[in-house]
Amino acid sequence: MLAMAVAAPFLLSEYWIKAILIPTIIFGLSALGLNIVSGYAGLISMGQAAFMALGAFSAVIAYGRFGVPVPLAILLGGTVAALVGVVVGTPSLRIKGLYLMVATLASQFIIIWALQRVPWTGSGSFATLNTPPVRIAGFDFSTPTAKYYLVLVVVAVMTLFGWNLVRSRIGRAWMALREHDIAASIMGVSMLRYKLLAFLVSSFYAGVAGSLVVFGWTGAASVQEYELDVSIKILGMIIIGGLGSVLGSFLGAAFILLLPILIAVAMQRVAALTGGGTVSVDVLANAEHVVFGALILFFLIREPQGLAKLWFGLAGWVDRRTGTFNATKGGRK
Amino acid sequence: MKKAGMWCKAVLAGVAAVAVAVPFAAQAQQYKGEILHPMMVTRTGPFATASTGVTAGQQDYYTLVNMAGGIDGYKIVWEECEFEYKVPRALECYERYKGKWKMVYPNSTPAIFALAERVTKDEVLAINLAGGRSDSSDGETFPYLAPVIANFWAQATSTIAYIGQLEGGMDKLKGKKIAYIHLDNDYGRQPFPMFDELAKKYGFEWKSWALSWPALEQSAAWVDIARRYRADYVVGWLYGQSCAVPYTEIAKVGYPMNKYIGSLWCGTEDDVGPAGPLAKDTVTANFHGVGKDFPVIKEIEAKVYKAGKGNADPARVGSVAYNRGVITGIIIVEAMRNGLKAKGAPLDGKKVRDGYRMIKLDDARLKQLGATGLMPNLVFSEKYHGGMDSQLFQKWDGTKFTTISKWIPPDQAMVQAKIDDSAKAFREQTKAAPAK
Repeated sequence: MLAMAVAAPFLLSEYWIKAILIPTIIFGLSALGLNIVSGYAGLISMGQAAFMALGAFSAVIAYGRFGVPVPLAILLGGTVAALVGVVVGTPSLRIKGLYLMVATLASQFIIIWALQRVPWTGSGSFATLNTPPVRIAGFDFSTPTAKYYLVLVVVAVMTLFGWNLVRSRIGRAWMALREHDIAASIMGVSMLRYKLLAFLVSSFYAGVAGSLVVFGWTGAASVQEYELDVSIKILGMIIIGGLGSVLGSFLGAAFILLLPILIAVAMQRVAALTGGGTVSVDVLANAEHVVFGALILFFLIREPQGLAKLWFGLAGWVDRRTGTFNATKGGRK
Repeated sequence: MKKAGMWCKAVLAGVAAVAVAVPFAAQAQQYKGEILHPMMVTRTGPFATASTGVTAGQQDYYTLVNMAGGIDGYKIVWEECEFEYKVPRALECYERYKGKWKMVYPNSTPAIFALAERVTKDEVLAINLAGGRSDSSDGETFPYLAPVIANFWAQATSTIAYIGQLEGGMDKLKGKKIAYIHLDNDYGRQPFPMFDELAKKYGFEWKSWALSWPALEQSAAWVDIARRYRADYVVGWLYGQSCAVPYTEIAKVGYPMNKYIGSLWCGTEDDVGPAGPLAKDTVTANFHGVGKDFPVIKEIEAKVYKAGKGNADPARVGSVAYNRGVITGIIIVEAMRNGLKAKGAPLDGKKVRDGYRMIKLDDARLKQLGATGLMPNLVFSEKYHGGMDSQLFQKWDGTKFTTISKWIPPDQAMVQAKIDDSAKAFREQTKAAPAK
């Protein structure tokens, strides 16, 4: 799969790279972060988009205003988000479930509010900051391919890290907390440490994803792009993709981001085949939402554990037929 | 279970097959003698109300031009890309039709901000009538962005000037309280610096009530404005469905309806209509003529709709949003025509941009186009991409709008100073960082 990702720019058109692959893996990374806190540690968070915004603004200010090199700016974006994430995570020591959701929801609003109103951010009346041309060590990252590789390298490293993290002692501690936090803490898993750690890692991932939005995708940090509906979408990604699954985070991101586009394009083509004019453009545009909603329902009813489970099931089926895959052994990413 | 599993796999395989079979990339082709013009549209979601009218107005005007033989024989063929007023979808649309754009008009200020870098690199002009970046009036700093008519800063100063007129002079504004209720985004926040400066200049007080997207819940804000702040006037900067919300709230809190002045993006029948008689006496801004009493609108009715080629419900013809679309169509076609004349076929983004900079819609030209009184005179250049225009104010009588003011100009000096400042700040923020 990694080989495919590396080869993508040679096989696919610029449209695929810029409009499909880059946003999908960036949001996949953010979803992976949320999956760590929600899927593995069992703490619902509704502030993922705001942490992305923090990362985006920190990174663009560091690079654009202070000339901090891009890799450090990305790291800084993650760090700022992580620090705020820890603060936001503190209520999780006392509350959980719906109550925690509301607490993190508040953080979503407060962070966005602050980004717009603290004059120092410079977002001012436009609520948007553009980045200067992205350069690392003199190399200009302006072509889609260069941007794609920049994003891919960061996402790949962090995915590998996350993948190992959830299978480590820390990951097991999170899962223990998820299943029953009091029981886990009696057995010696520190709630304070691991819950805050989950928020720290999760918001770090979001922050890095946010800075990648700026450097690798849109070229600007804009408050508008990190509103509550984005947080809800990211939550939707991990639910559709599979709670507690690294692969699921990326599958879910692809599902939520790309399916509406696919449906829209497919319907446009089908309508064009019939000569056009048979269905009004308004009906066509609205039908996209109906079909998308129906598909979400279908997949959740078919496989409540998410697309990752379906993927492994499918790979296993192919494996039994051909004997070429080894997906069922769980060693495949 | 086994059977269910198979079925499930079949569906999965089907979805995968469609994903492979339907190429994402646009297949639209530009044939000889045609100008392919992709359009970004918002037909779904809370902002679809006015937006669909604007889209239909453009398409009807293109149809009219095509029926008269096209632009120097070239027919305009459009293809829609639905983006729901959402930024990621706008970027996807842009990439889907990349290289085919003649001029990008998303009718969404947030989308303009996100597209700015790409259109500049690809040399395609992105316009947003009475919107977008206010400082993009400066065509030198923003060679591929344009606010076209009445940028937000011009709108803000003109609206305050209108309030001054109601009070009987700008000096009477002293000590008055103006509440500003707005969408909390690039669109609603742009007037801030103008209000700050105007407040300093004329000694009034203003306060912001920011509503986050999509702003359909406003009761707390209105209670606060009417009961606690006791505003003398309320200026609104909302969009789509959120435009209709204030009227019920104003009625509930008992605030005088004629003291609420909506921005021109809330000045369409689609915005106020749902409130009907409840919104009687409310005032909104506008930047163009309303109704069907213009030759070009009549021509569209007589030719396009008679032939059954209309793109809107015929009842919407002549409505504010619709006329706005026709105006947009006129400007885009004029830019294409100039581009064709000066640079020849086939048209591309850069040629149309150059054509845009040659636009000279004076009295004589507007008369030729049948748009006298429908739109203000517009003359653009390399330096000036439009935006310094006046507003009209219109009153809602329960069923329709009537214009109640003369053209009220913006505070030119103040707006120009802000454009210069802001363009300078933009150049500094985005100048190439030194290689490290």
